[in-house]
Amino acid sequence: MSISRGTKIVLSIFAVIAFGFIYVPLGVILINSFSVDKSLTWPPSGFTTEWWGKAVQNEGVREALVTSVGVAVVATLLALVLGTLLALALGRYAFFGRESISMLVILPIALPGIVTGIALNNVFTTFLGGLTIVTLIVGHATFCIVVVFNNTIARIRRMGGNVEEASADLGAGGWTTFRLVTFPLMRSALVAGAILAFGLSFDEIIVTTFTAGPGITTLPIWIYQNLFRPNQAPIVNVVAAALVIVSILPIYVAQRFSNADERGAGLI
Amino acid sequence: MTTTTATSRGFGYRHPNLRLAGLLSAPMAWLVVVYLGSLAALFLTAFWTVDDFTGQLVRTFTLKNFQQVFTSSAYLGSVVRTLGIALLVTLFCLVLAMPLAFFMARVARPSWRPLLVALVLTPLWASYLVKVYAWRAMLQPETGVLGWFLAPFGLDSPGYGFLGIVITLTYLWLPYMILPIYAGLTRLPDSMLDASADLGAKGGRTFRSVVMPIIFPSIVAGSVFTFSLSLGDYITAQIVGGKVTMLGNIVQTTYVTNLPFAAAVATIPVVIVLLYLFAVRRSGALDNL
Repeated sequence: MSISRGTKIVLSIFAVIAFGFIYVPLGVILINSFSVDKSLTWPPSGFTTEWWGKAVQNEGVREALVTSVGVAVVATLLALVLGTLLALALGRYAFFGRESISMLVILPIALPGIVTGIALNNVFTTFLGGLTIVTLIVGHATFCIVVVFNNTIARIRRMGGNVEEASADLGAGGWTTFRLVTFPLMRSALVAGAILAFGLSFDEIIVTTFTAGPGITTLPIWIYQNLFRPNQAPIVNVVAAALVIVSILPIYVAQRFSNADERGAGLI
Repeated sequence: MTTTTATSRGFGYRHPNLRLAGLLSAPMAWLVVVYLGSLAALFLTAFWTVDDFTGQLVRTFTLKNFQQVFTSSAYLGSVVRTLGIALLVTLFCLVLAMPLAFFMARVARPSWRPLLVALVLTPLWASYLVKVYAWRAMLQPETGVLGWFLAPFGLDSPGYGFLGIVITLTYLWLPYMILPIYAGLTRLPDSMLDASADLGAKGGRTFRSVVMPIIFPSIVAGSVFTFSLSLGDYITAQIVGGKVTMLGNIVQTTYVTNLPFAAAVATIPVVIVLLYLFAVRRSGALDNL
């Protein structure tokens, strides 16, 4: 279909407006972090870097950051193992119930977070005697499995079984084949899956609210707790701005690991 | 797909079923025992009640919680409002995503595509809470960005409330709609469009008869995200909703004192999402997730 010049111009203008809609709020966050005002005010009445310094020294922010990273790392490792095992099983074998399993694995992200949250909360408080940092990690790993699984199974399907069969024909055992053939071919998919899982866990607030033990504050929980507090706006603004800046990192890393089209399909 | 050819080497290769069992046991134990088990326990709880005096669970089967939801106009209103928000958000996302994805895949120079995809993806990595907070700053009734921007046109910020929730959720889930549609459009071969044009179809006809059927599964895949993510959200309503509440807010405020009732309310979005998933499974859209 040849697209007329007029249509192209209209679509281009629309694209500029749409990208404006996507980026203006993020820009506002960045600008607000330098505002001198103690509450959310637009336009800012002046600019300062004072709050950035105060935020870096803020004890609560630091502790929350450490907790968030720790939880995300452990949840990602768990998800990597479980997601890869599942992808190898579903990608390489045909068996009864395979379709049901692929439905089951997407449930934790397809169902509303609050449902996963109170379901786990109910079981953890009833049977495990309460919420701890372990229950929080279990909660996070549950919805991280799916992103590792999705990335890995896409790779396994594209890879086909031939290389592994060739490896077996050349005399390699199951483990040797996995170590020398399957794993190196899956590596970039695993990295992408791990980055995604880390990002999901780092950002999660709803499941965290319901599965974290008392006193455990992740960064999103810290922001949430301080959102409505008067006079905390400047620090919250800085933390928010820092998170916006950091969000560029995974895209940069992902770009180095896979080509554009794969990334578009792999990161959702 | 068939099982891997058995070879003379390796215990696993000679016993593919054992190998499969080995691969599946850990993730299945996790997903079935931890996750499905929790869900099942939750939905069982929905049919129990809490003793008004002692606060203890009464483990007898009753439909009382569901009756309470569907006979109270306040709760029923919340169900309808939440569904309305989810549908509006899905519609807004579709209306914004279609032209943008079309621009990215068909109008922009192919060399720009990776950059455009990155531009759509980047906000997905920005924290959910930060984005909702950004809209709190945008929508603020008196000192908000939107009000400041609209004032010269004689318009006012929509402020916190129903529309604020719809705008914010649309903003949050928009990339989930753009990306599958974009992916679908890039898979569309040029030859097909040329063939359609050669057969005399104008732009609109080609769009309806060639483009739409091919990207339909992508749209459905995107809508699964926009719809189900909106349905269960309650944080957005807390931050930019003013007095407007969604189903999730009811669950969140009642689960400590009355878990059975909260479970019953939480069942509603789950049933809706599951019905939706089963309805769209046939379209092949779930393979795109």
